[in-house]
Amino acid sequence: MNFHPFIIPFSAGALFLFAVVIYRFIFWFRSLDRKQMYFVKKNIISFKTVSAVWEIFREALLHRNIYKKNPLLGYMHMSLAFGWFLLIVVGKTESSFYAGTFFEEPWLAIFFKYFAKAQHEYFMAAQFSFIMDLLLLIVLSGVALALIKRLRSKVLGMKKSTKHSQFDRIALASLWWIFPLRLLAESTTAAVAGNGDFLTGTVGNLLSGLPVEALELPMWWAYSLMLCAFFVSLPFSRYMHIPTEIVLILLRKWGATAGEQYSGMTDLQINACSRCGICIDACQLNFAVNINNVQSVYFIRDTRYKKLTDEVANNCLMCGRCVDACPVGLELTVIRQQLRNKAEVPGKHYFDYSKAEDSEKRTDVIYFAGCMSHLTPSIIIAMKKIFRQANEKFWFMDEDKGLCCGRPMRQQGFVQQSKDLISKNMRLISSSGAKLLVTSCPICYKSFTEEYVLDIPVMHHSEYIKMLLDKKRISVYKSDINMVFHDPCELGRGSGIYEQPRDVLKQLGNLNSCNTERENALCCGGSLSNAVIELDTQIKIRNQALEVLTESKPDVLATACPLCKKSFVHGNKAKVMDIAEIVAESLNLQTEINIKITNKNSLVTETI
Amino acid sequence: MKNWGFKISQPRTIDFDTADLKEFNKLIEKVPSSKRCLMCGACSATCSASNHTDFNFRKCHLMYRRGQFEGLADELDKCMLCGKCKLVCPRGVNTRAIIYNMRIFLNDMNYKNID
Repeated sequence: MNFHPFIIPFSAGALFLFAVVIYRFIFWFRSLDRKQMYFVKKNIISFKTVSAVWEIFREALLHRNIYKKNPLLGYMHMSLAFGWFLLIVVGKTESSFYAGTFFEEPWLAIFFKYFAKAQHEYFMAAQFSFIMDLLLLIVLSGVALALIKRLRSKVLGMKKSTKHSQFDRIALASLWWIFPLRLLAESTTAAVAGNGDFLTGTVGNLLSGLPVEALELPMWWAYSLMLCAFFVSLPFSRYMHIPTEIVLILLRKWGATAGEQYSGMTDLQINACSRCGICIDACQLNFAVNINNVQSVYFIRDTRYKKLTDEVANNCLMCGRCVDACPVGLELTVIRQQLRNKAEVPGKHYFDYSKAEDSEKRTDVIYFAGCMSHLTPSIIIAMKKIFRQANEKFWFMDEDKGLCCGRPMRQQGFVQQSKDLISKNMRLISSSGAKLLVTSCPICYKSFTEEYVLDIPVMHHSEYIKMLLDKKRISVYKSDINMVFHDPCELGRGSGIYEQPRDVLKQLGNLNSCNTERENALCCGGSLSNAVIELDTQIKIRNQALEVLTESKPDVLATACPLCKKSFVHGNKAKVMDIAEIVAESLNLQTEINIKITNKNSLVTETI
Repeated sequence: MKNWGFKISQPRTIDFDTADLKEFNKLIEKVPSSKRCLMCGACSATCSASNHTDFNFRKCHLMYRRGQFEGLADELDKCMLCGKCKLVCPRGVNTRAIIYNMRIFLNDMNYKNID
């Protein structure tokens, strides 16, 4: 039997690791909510599992998403993950050939060179030896890059990298030391027994001046102990992401998402965070105002170790830039939302908004301007003009005594109050019998589409205007103004509406592109989700965003959100207009329209 | 008595020996701009919730400042947190954060998942 006491630390560490990881997975799996469980049961035996395995290969081993960010950074992660994976797989194959059975001692592959000293003859021994040395070299190059990243992260395309806790540093050091120690252990054995290849053999020759026979065993002991240290620290450090990400990808492919409530899926996601720190560079609070302790990586870490403070939970613009940057694809804003949630008081109702007006007449379209649009009345005037021109019968739902959509409340974690508002608004909407709900505010839009249960479609006014233009219900003329479009967070990253406003703007003038658009768009700083930062901080965020947006000196900075407009207007850098205003200005007024304003509701009744 | 549509406020005294002013200092720590408020009432004028209820942010803020917490928690529950008040404030006070924090302090709102 191939045995030596130095395998004991490794074996004990590996057993401990498996026990802890399996225990945790069972625990998280049991705390999945009903909907997530339903998806797991439904899709576990389906083609989705196969595509999940493919994605696990691409993401957990090759790290394709990190390659997209920076090739060198991608190589670093790939060489460590895929290189080590291949070392294990090829090592296991080699040891199986050596032993002549697949069921050899499990540690034989790990300490193969030591045990295979005596016998050099087995199937493809030379080739295996070469491949194993090559793989070790690849992994070592990854370790070298990781070291460079610690010292100068800019080389690998990261302006800032994560500030790790002491415990994470220990785990990190143990991971880094595993491979140089493996090299040294194999090289000393190579010097003694002459079974090294181009790497271990060469290093072995270099070491041959030293008392290699005395050094050999201590090196193998050190290698085994370092493996043990890494395995024991793994479940409690950031390296828990290695096993967790695999399970997360499976669950995600089966259709499970983090819901409204904290569940096993949340636990899985916070443990799947590798604390790579890519979200730090994406965060505007970092690069515009230098707040460096609230980014998603720190938020997730604090949540995992139960150290989360309300300041960290609340100090976030919820713009979603980190979600877009995250190579693991974590639902960071959803998780933050879950953590912000306040305990509910059973049976308590908060609002009695009996004064909210019902629609008096049956109309085709409901227009919900949103609270913020009432502070930018030009948007409302423009929308009314467009409605009239399109000859649309509409009910202005929140003209006078409107309610909030409930999203601002929800974003601060007052879920129960938000549900109160939502149910009242839903009653109002369904009682009107309308077939379409148009809103001017992306915050309301996101709320209507995600949190409301409506049987009519919801459109943001940029979508609605595009529809009117496509159906030729309104027509516009093109002028030669230069525009830049600012994607509002809730509309772009939040709801995936990028093309509609651009299509509309292209019919109105020249649309310039800028560096920060679509998924990459910046937040205007006015976000309602952040109840911590003060006005001066917001202004800095806004100015930084304005600077980027107005680089090409456009005549008009177009946006589609009243809150963005309100923020940017005070920056005095460019003329800021909502998309509805630009359309209303460029309308071809072909028909003369008679408008009757029936008592309070501005209902458009007839066209002459 | 006939309802004229107007009423006379009852005379009140604020006893600063018993009023708890520490709470306001806690609020200032969280929202420094609350010191800047000059009680102009622009926030209340624009308030969406005041269309429906007698919610008045200026009043709530003043009561909190003076340590009069009686009935304040229920009053604050009327706010919809829409944030219009923050945008109209001429002094750049983060009114929304003030309401949020007053609610947390007064109602002992517990986070569901934060210890």
